[in-house]
Amino acid sequence: MTTIDHGAAPTYADTASYRTCRFSGLRIEANAELLIKVNAVAAVIFLALGGLMGLLVALTRWPAVQLLPAEWFYLVLTGHGANVLLFWIIFFEIAVLYFASAVVLGSRLAAPKLAWLGFVLMVVGAAMANYAVLRGDSSVMFTSYPPMMASQWFYLSLIIFAVGALIAVFVFFGTLVVAKAEGTYDGSVPLVTFGAITAGIIAVFTLASGAIILIPTWLWSIGLISNIDTLMYKVVWWGMGHSSQQINVSAHVSIWYAIGAMVVGAKPLSEKVSRMAFFMYILFLQLASAHHILAEPGMSSTWKIVNTSYMMYLAVMGSMIHGLTVPGAIEAAQRRNGFTRGAFEWLTKAPWGNPAFAGMFLSLVMFGFIGGISGVVLGTEQLNVLMHNTIYVPGHFHGTVVAGTTLAFMAMTYLVVPLIFQRDIIWPGVARWQPFVFGIGAGGISLFMMGAGTLGVARRHWDISLTDAAHAFEFPAAAYLMMGLNGIFAILAAAGGIMFILVVVASILGGPRLDVAGAKLVFPLHDRSREAVSEYGSHGTLKLPGTMILVGIFFACFVLYYFVNWKYLSELWLFR
Amino acid sequence: MAISPPSNRLWWKEPIHGIELGWIVIAFLWGLFMFFFMIAWHFIGEQNLSSETYKIQPDAYSEKVEAFASEFQAVDAAGNPIEEDGVPVVRPPAGGDAYILARLWEFWPILELKRGESYRIHLSSADWQHGFSLQPTNINISVHPGYEHVVTLTPTGSGVFGIICNEFCGIGHHTMTGRIRVVD
Repeated sequence: MTTIDHGAAPTYADTASYRTCRFSGLRIEANAELLIKVNAVAAVIFLALGGLMGLLVALTRWPAVQLLPAEWFYLVLTGHGANVLLFWIIFFEIAVLYFASAVVLGSRLAAPKLAWLGFVLMVVGAAMANYAVLRGDSSVMFTSYPPMMASQWFYLSLIIFAVGALIAVFVFFGTLVVAKAEGTYDGSVPLVTFGAITAGIIAVFTLASGAIILIPTWLWSIGLISNIDTLMYKVVWWGMGHSSQQINVSAHVSIWYAIGAMVVGAKPLSEKVSRMAFFMYILFLQLASAHHILAEPGMSSTWKIVNTSYMMYLAVMGSMIHGLTVPGAIEAAQRRNGFTRGAFEWLTKAPWGNPAFAGMFLSLVMFGFIGGISGVVLGTEQLNVLMHNTIYVPGHFHGTVVAGTTLAFMAMTYLVVPLIFQRDIIWPGVARWQPFVFGIGAGGISLFMMGAGTLGVARRHWDISLTDAAHAFEFPAAAYLMMGLNGIFAILAAAGGIMFILVVVASILGGPRLDVAGAKLVFPLHDRSREAVSEYGSHGTLKLPGTMILVGIFFACFVLYYFVNWKYLSELWLFR
Repeated sequence: MAISPPSNRLWWKEPIHGIELGWIVIAFLWGLFMFFFMIAWHFIGEQNLSSETYKIQPDAYSEKVEAFASEFQAVDAAGNPIEEDGVPVVRPPAGGDAYILARLWEFWPILELKRGESYRIHLSSADWQHGFSLQPTNINISVHPGYEHVVTLTPTGSGVFGIICNEFCGIGHHTMTGRIRVVD
């Protein structure tokens, strides 16, 4: 390829060591593998910590239990948000980015020392944030709206974490360049990598927004700046806060495609359509900061409408397209695999016993039906007034981030453990049920929080009975019921979370080794021998009645729920 | 597969299948509908949040609210000021301006409005951010210090309504409430 003489000094390209995975045929480089491992382990640790805090929050909001005293409740709620929404998800996303670049493309990781620097900064930032929160003087909630002030360590920790994450994202971009330059793949990058690139680009926007707002806020907390404008803070902070959730969307949609490919051999129905849908995310998803400003003074309706709708809902269109193409690709693959009877044999005979598949499909369904629909309704300019800052909002984002992203990441972990850690899942029986336990729990908390929110229950609130309040107010009994059910389903979700962590940790530490000769996987990946028949565009494989029915049900629910909320709105007091 | 490069190198020249194309068209049209429906509601709907906002110093706003409360303080038949829970009840004139001050940890004062009449309700905070959540009718508006937000509100039902703070505002957040009375 090149005639330039590199001289005697060995380059990274010469010294990189690879192994070939016996099960997937993927070419895996040692540095990439190690960095995926450490990021995944850190992710699981913060999931455990943040998940425990989440359970304490839910048990406190269960009016009959009210576990924690108020001061601890607000402290733990702040920690819960930071640990799961930021640390668990972003550590895992970095692992996903390294996987989707180095492993999927069969390349070495660019600049492993920088990748380590990024990882160390992220660990330091995450640990410092927990220190700041547990000190007790930073119970300002994850959003830390001024003029309420946290300790300087809180803002500084988030800045350090963000810098580390930014470095990792640039290592990901560097790896793409390395893979291209060293010719480790032919043609265009795979769809999963394309989705990861989407996530990476949005991550840069997100982390830049975070820097723009958190650096001045940190300077304010140490007394160098006298005032932070509250409205400006919200607009820019949510450029990080909401857009970072769009990293999750891009990452978990990529994971849906990846698991579909690895477990049932699914191919995208059309590369063009799926990539265009990801491209819509890059163009429009960042506008979502507006979702948090709809009930604010000072912003015009024009600004609100254009931004909250992601420019005429073009990013929503992207998600709706994935909502068709992901199950469609699975249906097409399953039909090729021989499950052709009726509209749904492909689904009923799908590998539900494989937690990677079960978690992925539950994530897909709940993200669409619960998180997606509620998100659009919540993000409608006028409808937002019905639910702004009620517990409907956490209901919505537990539908996206817990039932959607977290469940997808858990599902992916069941593939990462054998492929990267080279250990088999130690307790297949527990793993088999885990996605269902966690998924039903997560779906339940989302729905019941949304239900309580429509009855007016506030989010981030210690006592809905308002016992010591300035003026008494009585919420309806149904609101208490909803909060109690939320507590019960939170226990279920926590049980699913504990099952996940036990299985993963035990598998990594003591699972059957897969790097010895003759080792067999309990949870088999897709049998590659069937792949030959799966070519794009043959008419025999592209009749997808099951997917059409599912998508039809989804659309009917969407339209119905949308108009039900307009009906609610029209019954309110008049305001203009 | 989705984890390998597209088998057709010219993937962007492949035709789009009818199922996908149909769904894209439906999703696009539905998005357009939802977009234009928000605009349309500004003309056909009666619930649109005002964007009338003024910058104001929190101290200046507090003084305005106190002046308002003493001017329109409700009195009983004997001429004594009416209070509930130690907070004055204020009767703003129908069609006029009414002020609510959000502060740690109450909404002050109590307003008494007439059903079917419109009021220009001013909202701002003396200290931190708060959330004006009117219950059980469920109208939720953010309240910022330094910004005076004017919302023209017309009660359509009578009775006693609670204002619950739904923006976290420190350790007393869950005790922060207010009240609006609506009479026929």
